[in-house]
Amino acid sequence: MIANYGYKNGSGDFFIAIDTDKCDGCGDCVSACPNNVFVVGEDPNDPLRDEPVAMVGEEHRKKLKYTCAPCKPDRDRSALACVAACKPLAISHSW
Amino acid sequence: MISAGIDIGAKTVKTVLLEDGKILGKGLVPAGLDTVASTKQTLKRALAAAGLTVEKVEGFMATGTGRKSCPFTDAEITEVGAAAKGINHVLESCRAVIDVGAEEGRAVRCDAKGKVIDFAFNEKCAAGAGTFAEGMARALEIPLEELGPLSLKARQAVPMNAQCAVFAESEVVTLIHNKTPREDIARAVLDAIASRIISMVRKVGFEKDVALIGGMALNPGFVESMKRGLEMDVHVPEDPEYIGALGAALAAAEQTT
Amino acid sequence: MTDKKEFWRWKEYRWHDETMDWKNADIISTGVDIGSVSSQAVILVDGKLYAFSNQRTGSDSPESANQAINWAMENTGMTLDDIHYSVGTGYGRVNVPFADKAITEIACHARGGNFMYGPSVRTILDMGGQDCKAIRCDEKGKVEAFLMNDKCAAGTGRGMEVFADLLSVPIEEVGELSLSVEEEPEPVSSTCVVFAKSEASALLREGWPKHKVLAAYCAAMAHRIVTLLERIDVQRDFAITGGIAKNSGVVKRLEKELGLEALKSTYDSQIAGALGGALFARALETKRRKS
Repeated sequence: MIANYGYKNGSGDFFIAIDTDKCDGCGDCVSACPNNVFVVGEDPNDPLRDEPVAMVGEEHRKKLKYTCAPCKPDRDRSALACVAACKPLAISHSW
Repeated sequence: MISAGIDIGAKTVKTVLLEDGKILGKGLVPAGLDTVASTKQTLKRALAAAGLTVEKVEGFMATGTGRKSCPFTDAEITEVGAAAKGINHVLESCRAVIDVGAEEGRAVRCDAKGKVIDFAFNEKCAAGAGTFAEGMARALEIPLEELGPLSLKARQAVPMNAQCAVFAESEVVTLIHNKTPREDIARAVLDAIASRIISMVRKVGFEKDVALIGGMALNPGFVESMKRGLEMDVHVPEDPEYIGALGAALAAAEQTT
Repeated sequence: MTDKKEFWRWKEYRWHDETMDWKNADIISTGVDIGSVSSQAVILVDGKLYAFSNQRTGSDSPESANQAINWAMENTGMTLDDIHYSVGTGYGRVNVPFADKAITEIACHARGGNFMYGPSVRTILDMGGQDCKAIRCDEKGKVEAFLMNDKCAAGTGRGMEVFADLLSVPIEEVGELSLSVEEEPEPVSSTCVVFAKSEASALLREGWPKHKVLAAYCAAMAHRIVTLLERIDVQRDFAITGGIAKNSGVVKRLEKELGLEALKSTYDSQIAGALGGALFARALETKRRKS
């Protein structure tokens, strides 16, 4: 499942997409993110899945544009910490 | 020489008349439906304040969201450029200027000469600008001018969950029903805008001095929220809503000479 | 003094199948969807739709949940004790006092949509009161991709309510009225509801008639939803659930822009989430009995 967390508003699309088929629930993204955006737990969107999965924490979903802003300088952008930390390549940002 | 800077914003139009770096006159008029008429009127006011006639003005420059519809000139400067130029003129030590108007908020990092190094902005979403405060003042049933002073009486920080201005209005109503003190709600509203603006500031990076301009800089509660959020002092220049127009007037003078 | 009319207010109602007898049923399952604006309760008797209610959510979620289920059971002789398994879903899902389990509205809408529109449905768009969800699912109603936008009022029922109020048009008439324009106007340019509202006020002052302003807003809303859908890759068949599904002004324009017709269902589009919850409840009760 491609789980898109975030929103679209007048100024653009601000989604973090997690491919739950790739995610192994290792939690590397949880420790990599400086703003504690990620959590690992039971998949609330798939009541039949047994393995834990990474999600964007409830309290961050409506303000990702702001929460992630410090990780997204306009120039000399290095890889985003969460994307770089994810070995199965399950995480991507829409902006 | 005398130059005029005209800032056509979403809610108000501002004009500054300048001679050799000195402000001769200012004018502010609500933008209304017909911005061309409002723009003409603000120039008239500034001229009257300066005791001048329009023939004396040698250079014009427009800025603001409506800068393309200025009846006097095609010359224009972006809001970002005008903010940096304007603030440099009144506060040379400024390295980051935060401009929060009715419909947009922006953070600009600039150097000692008023040159833009980096910028970021919130636009097209009411949550990151003055309109948000206006909606919440309406929900609180107080005039916008009272929101800031009221918030200064707050005794605690109440969280606001809604990000969208429409949803936040319902949240404010719920808070009122729950008997949350109105001053605490007022502070929550201003803190919410400040936190969104501050994330933009953090994105461009900042060092002191930091200045706040635009209409929201007139709101003492918002200034406090910004100071709290940035954990540093924030300078508010005199007439903060005219800094963009001042920057445009400076740019007009540079262009003509 | 005249009463201020509430143009955003829609009709609350309930229904139950009087021809059905639940007393000898094997499994009675329910789903209760506590949305931010509306709440629904659905009762299934051995997997068949028996009763539902649809009402406005009150300020207290547990009370709204109780009201919703009690209203659905009204005049049926059924009580809470007769229900074997209940699932809570929606924004207030953790506040359903009698629920055995809480499941997200994403999972429930996919499951409910699959029941309402049949196994051919691959894309479900749910336009609720304070959010908008786009879900792609397989033939069993399992979620393959989703996104949910509950941050911004644009593209939600709440945004439409703001316009109904601004123009003093009952919300249920907005769609038809907007379709009565002779020529489609330019859509309102702002996405943000607050800015769109100022734009609409300016258009009204310019002398635009109400139906033209509504057409401009419905078109803008449809466009916004289409751009949102692009993220999850729309596949046919396509279905729309939620309150806005009842607004033909948005639906017709959305279909045109997507080049796809939405499936029709005999069921009420607002009960999809609760129905999905009740279906999960039935499956979970079956599982419980086996173990």
